[in-house]
Amino acid sequence: MIDADVHIPNPRLRDLYPLLPEHWVEHFNNTVDKGASQEYYPPRSPVAGRRGGLEELREAVFDQGGAELAISSCLYAVDSVHNPDVAAALAAATNDWQSREWLEQEPRLRGSVVAPIQLPAAAAEEIERCADRPGFVQVLIPARTEHPLGSRLYHPLWKTIERSGLVAAIHFGGAPVMPPTPTGWPSFFLEEYTAMAQVFATQLTSMIVEGVFDACPDLRVVFLESGFTWIPSHLWRMDKEWRNLRRLVPWVRRPPSDYFREHVRVGIQPLDAPPDPAHLGEVVDQLGSDDLLLYASDYPHVHACDAGDLLFRLLPESLGRKIRSENARSFYRMGG
Amino acid sequence: MTVALHEPSTTPSVLKAGTGPDRPPIIDCDFHNELDSIKDLYPYLSKRWRNHLETFGIRHPNSGYYPRFMDHREEARPPSGRTPGSEVGFAREDFLDPYNVEYAILNPLSPVSSALDLELGAALARAANDWQIAEWLDPEPRLRASVVVTPQDPVAAAAEIRRCGADGRFAQVLFMGRLQEPMGRRRFWPIYEACVETGMHVASHAFGAYGHPITGAGHASYYIEDHTSPPQAVQANITSMVVEGVFDRFPSLRMISVENGFAWLPPLIWRLDSAWSLLREEAPHLERLPSEVISEHVYVTTQPIEEPPRRQDFLNLIEHFGDLASHILIASDYPHWDGDNPDVVLPSGLDEELVKGIQCENARALYGL
Repeated sequence: MIDADVHIPNPRLRDLYPLLPEHWVEHFNNTVDKGASQEYYPPRSPVAGRRGGLEELREAVFDQGGAELAISSCLYAVDSVHNPDVAAALAAATNDWQSREWLEQEPRLRGSVVAPIQLPAAAAEEIERCADRPGFVQVLIPARTEHPLGSRLYHPLWKTIERSGLVAAIHFGGAPVMPPTPTGWPSFFLEEYTAMAQVFATQLTSMIVEGVFDACPDLRVVFLESGFTWIPSHLWRMDKEWRNLRRLVPWVRRPPSDYFREHVRVGIQPLDAPPDPAHLGEVVDQLGSDDLLLYASDYPHVHACDAGDLLFRLLPESLGRKIRSENARSFYRMGG
Repeated sequence: MTVALHEPSTTPSVLKAGTGPDRPPIIDCDFHNELDSIKDLYPYLSKRWRNHLETFGIRHPNSGYYPRFMDHREEARPPSGRTPGSEVGFAREDFLDPYNVEYAILNPLSPVSSALDLELGAALARAANDWQIAEWLDPEPRLRASVVVTPQDPVAAAAEIRRCGADGRFAQVLFMGRLQEPMGRRRFWPIYEACVETGMHVASHAFGAYGHPITGAGHASYYIEDHTSPPQAVQANITSMVVEGVFDRFPSLRMISVENGFAWLPPLIWRLDSAWSLLREEAPHLERLPSEVISEHVYVTTQPIEEPPRRQDFLNLIEHFGDLASHILIASDYPHWDGDNPDVVLPSGLDEELVKGIQCENARALYGL
């Protein structure tokens, strides 16, 4: 089994001190700036999970969870930092810390490059710096961004990711200055959490219609913690829009759902399941391909139901096998 | 390879045989009565505001303008050359009669509701509603109207709702989809109070913009993104109304999603229920599952209808609605370019009762027609 989404905790600032240039150590010591202060989840809410070390992760993910490999990410919100130099320095130190404290310590663990996505050029530099390090298999991109991810501002970044051979992992979260919905700031995190599926839908639309996948035919994207039961209806809508309006984006030569199935994979946790399991089976079938879903535990975050449990009981054995490991192995080109 | 479920919609002006009074009636829940220009409202405005429009014009937050390649179906243009949908006489002949429309709900999309000058907005809203009464409701008894308001000024909006409510021919209050704040927020509650008092519901119509980017991830680039994204705003608005407890406070209020398609509703319900079970401590005032609240209070119109590649997917979608299928309402979006032709919009072979409900009976029950 390959677990496509586990989390290592945010570094504490003092974890980064040995890895930061002296100037920044002095800056953090002598000012009230203590690094990225935003969180993608209210820190004490049930979804935030508890802070655990490597031993805890080993036990939960590999020993009890039964994963042979796990792809981790650290959700340190460098995208929330306005100061560009601080954002870039924190990202670099976080990646060095991930290498040293996690990836080098545990050969079954893979990692995600943290990059200051609000500064596409700096993000590309950081990705190039880390791309060949052992353990890194993807770049972490928070779902909420200041501009939709298909924007021309990000095209050089997509080229860099494609060239680097890394996967682009778009993950729940993000802390840009914009409200998380097109109709302003909601009162509750519960709403923001619900609306995140729509943010993923927006990003998918944007990347396809702006021609990202035409410009980068080898680009691979994984959606993590996005849910997937919203996807079929969004594909129907996008395909209909393309039939009507493709003259506005003539470089999009195939129905958007084709691009999705070719370039995007989706982690199964959280599973926003219909109450009737038969309906869940229909939704999985409506995705239109057996290659799309990746087993993901989202350790150590808590969810409403255990996605793996539900799906493996419901789906045919052969599809279950693909979701457990084959899809991830082939998408991440893990061999073996 | 994607195969269309049914043939691309023919235009409303090109009718199949046997249409007219012999065909089953429909209640169209999204019919657009259009202004040819703002000057159509001059007879209903005081001199002060006519002067204002002549010398300054209307200012809007400029966050959401994505030029379309066309607004309307050209064949819906009246012989006078005025904007399609701007003359009741021609609309009657071009659409209401041949489609045997028993009732149509008017949704005027005017530059009124997002005016930044709130006093101008209130004057324009009042004028737009008087225009609807005089030029649409009076000459055509099959029409019911939506109250035009400026939601960002809830006090003025509530007063206008009460004024129009006395007329008896207004069915609902019209919100655009993208607002300054999500629809559940307290600032809008005086509007819902007035709705409940006057027996009207509230509709959230696709598009609009009030200062924020049109997506939760910043400003999109193309009209195709603008045209794909309305489900995002309406889902945020439904979520907000449920989570803020609007329907607990105003139990007789119904919310109607207009021009957002409808296939997103079951997955939204699944996601909201799972979010609620996980995070309900944040909002302990929510005592019921969101799905229960939605199944009583939320309605959806069909257009632009989703067209899954396999017929079975559409049948499954209807099945996923369960009892909520009685909340699906047909809508044409006449006379806009992307409207659905009521003759071909639903795939053939659906259950007869279901079709009758969608075409007619669900709206009749909802609006008390």
